[in-house]
Formats: sequence, structure tokens, C-alpha cells
Amino acid sequence: MDSQAIATHPDQAHAEHEHSPYLRHHFANLEQQKETSTFGMWLFLLTEIMFFGGLFCAYLIYRNWYYPAFVAGSHQLSIGLGAFNTAVLICSSFTMAMGVHAAEMRWRKPLIGWLLATIFLGCVFLGVKAIEYNEKWEKHHVPGLNFSAAGFTKQDPKYPEDRPLAPDMAEKTQVYFSLYFAMTGMHALHMVIGVSILVILVFRAWAGAYTQGHMTTVENFGLYWHFVDIVWIFLFPLLYLISRHQ
Amino acid sequence: MSQLTEKEILDTEPTHHSEHIVSPKVYGLIFASLLCLTALTVAASYVDLYAFNVIVALAIACLKAVLVILFFMHVKYSSRLTKLTVAAGFFTFFVLITMAMTDYISRAWGMW
Repeated sequence: MDSQAIATHPDQAHAEHEHSPYLRHHFANLEQQKETSTFGMWLFLLTEIMFFGGLFCAYLIYRNWYYPAFVAGSHQLSIGLGAFNTAVLICSSFTMAMGVHAAEMRWRKPLIGWLLATIFLGCVFLGVKAIEYNEKWEKHHVPGLNFSAAGFTKQDPKYPEDRPLAPDMAEKTQVYFSLYFAMTGMHALHMVIGVSILVILVFRAWAGAYTQGHMTTVENFGLYWHFVDIVWIFLFPLLYLISRHQ
Repeated sequence: MSQLTEKEILDTEPTHHSEHIVSPKVYGLIFASLLCLTALTVAASYVDLYAFNVIVALAIACLKAVLVILFFMHVKYSSRLTKLTVAAGFFTFFVLITMAMTDYISRAWGMW
């Protein structure tokens, strides 16, 4: 309600004070407001599922087309680093869930602590990702910028059961690495955006926000963070694990 | 107030959003399960299961995703509207994936 209306209808202005200060005027009550924002957040996440789903679909189809190239490309990834990063992201999902819990319980300091832990784990993930990208660059496995298929036409001593690829199939490892960079790159971009929003949340939580009963922002951000975790839960086996024995 | 079944309560309150606070114990349990499943999927990838390597890896990934969605994302404790939204989204996603895959499978594999 605007100030003009309050001035002309003082009785209604009084009624306004009955409402919670964070209830927007177009919602009937707080429950409806919260339900609406959760609904909207899930709709956004569904568009994200479709977006990443398209990449997953492309990966599955090209893996069947250029199967030997995808197996050889996958063998260039480090399962150790991938598993470590998976564990880091699961830990960060746990700290985020605990952060939402702290906000629900209106604990200011634990909320800030859990959000900071989430930022730290997100940065660890991105750091390990940077190490992996650097290794790709040094091995000339970056399509378009720094790529050489020479390594795939020779016997790899680490994988004695791998036969060298024919030159035309070795070139197709570029498709694998393109999808690798597209998928992990989009995922990393989501992580960077997530960490940036977390920094803002920490500053606002420091100022006392989210721990006075209104914590929809933290809760919806938690949904986003868990969604990014789920994307990695699928990227890890598809990129790192499933070709180990082929 | 007479005794209502849970279903009747839900039917009369279509947008009921229970203010259910999930206990840290549940989060800890899910966290531990997710880490165990990660160890399991890594271990399974070192065993040669032929075609089943892919199936086992994706099945474990789906299980982990369901745990995250139900508990960390609170869908288990959400309103029917949220549950329906999530279910409808994943259903549509699987329809699209299946149609795309069916198209490719029904063409001559290996003849491209």
C-alpha cells in the first residue's frame, strides 16, 4: 500500500501494521509468499536442468558415435582429482544445508560460519578444477586453442590395454574435450556465480539479515547450490568413470 | 475438530507448506550416505563389469541426486505444488532425452 492510501485511510494503515514487515502487498500471507518463491525457484532450476540436459544428451550421442575417441579422452582425466572434487562439493552441499538450518533457527554466527565454509569449499573445488585445466593445456588437450592429437596415435604406457587410435579417430578426441570443457566450464561458471552470491549473503547476514524469520533468500540460494552439486554428481561418472574399463 | 487422515488434510490445504525444520541429524546421515556412495561408485569403476559399468555408475548417480533433492532440497517436506513441479520437470526432461535417443537408436548405428 502506498503512502497516499495510508494517509487517506488511516484505519487501513493501522491494519497494515498487523502484517509482517517483509510480506509483499500482493501476497495474502507469508505462507503463500514463501510457496510462490519456492515455486519460482524450482521453475528456474528446471530450465537449468533442460540446459545441462541438452549437454548430457549431446555427450551420450557423441560417445556412441566416436566411442574409441571418448574412451581414450576419458583416460586422460584423473579419477583421484575428480573423486576429491566430488567429495568437496558434497561437503559444500552439507555446509549449505546446515547454513539453511542455522537461518531457520535464527542463529546469526553459525549461519555466517556455515556460509563461509561453503565459500571455502567452493573455492577449493574451483582451485582443483584450475589444476585440471592447466594439465589439459600442458598436454595440448584444449580444442581450438592448443590441441594435438599426436598422443592418441601412439601407445600410452599408462594404459597398456588401450590400442593406439587411427589418425582420423584420434582427431575426434577433440569432440570429447570440447564437451568436457563445455560441461565442466558451464558447471564451473555456475560455481563462480554461486560463490559470488554467497559473498553477498555473508555480508548481509553479518548485518543481521536472514535470522529474523525471513530467510527465503538463503533457502532459495541453497536450492541453487544443491542443484549445481547434482550436475556434478552426474558429470563425474560420465566424464571420469564409465570409460575406465572400455 | 474431528480426526482427519493425512490425505484429507492435504486435500483441504492445497498449498500447505509445513514449516518443517529438518534436523542436522538427517543432514549428517544424508551427507555420510553421499560420501559412501561416491566411494562406492569410484570403487565400482575399477571393477570390469563390461556394459554394466555405465549402468551401475548412472544408477548410483541417480540415487545420490534423489537423496540431495529429497533431503537437502527439502522436497520430501515440501507442499504438493513443489513436489508436482519437480516431478513434472524431470518427467519432461526424460521424455525429451528418450525421444532424442530413440531417434538416434532407430537410425543405423555405425553407418554414419
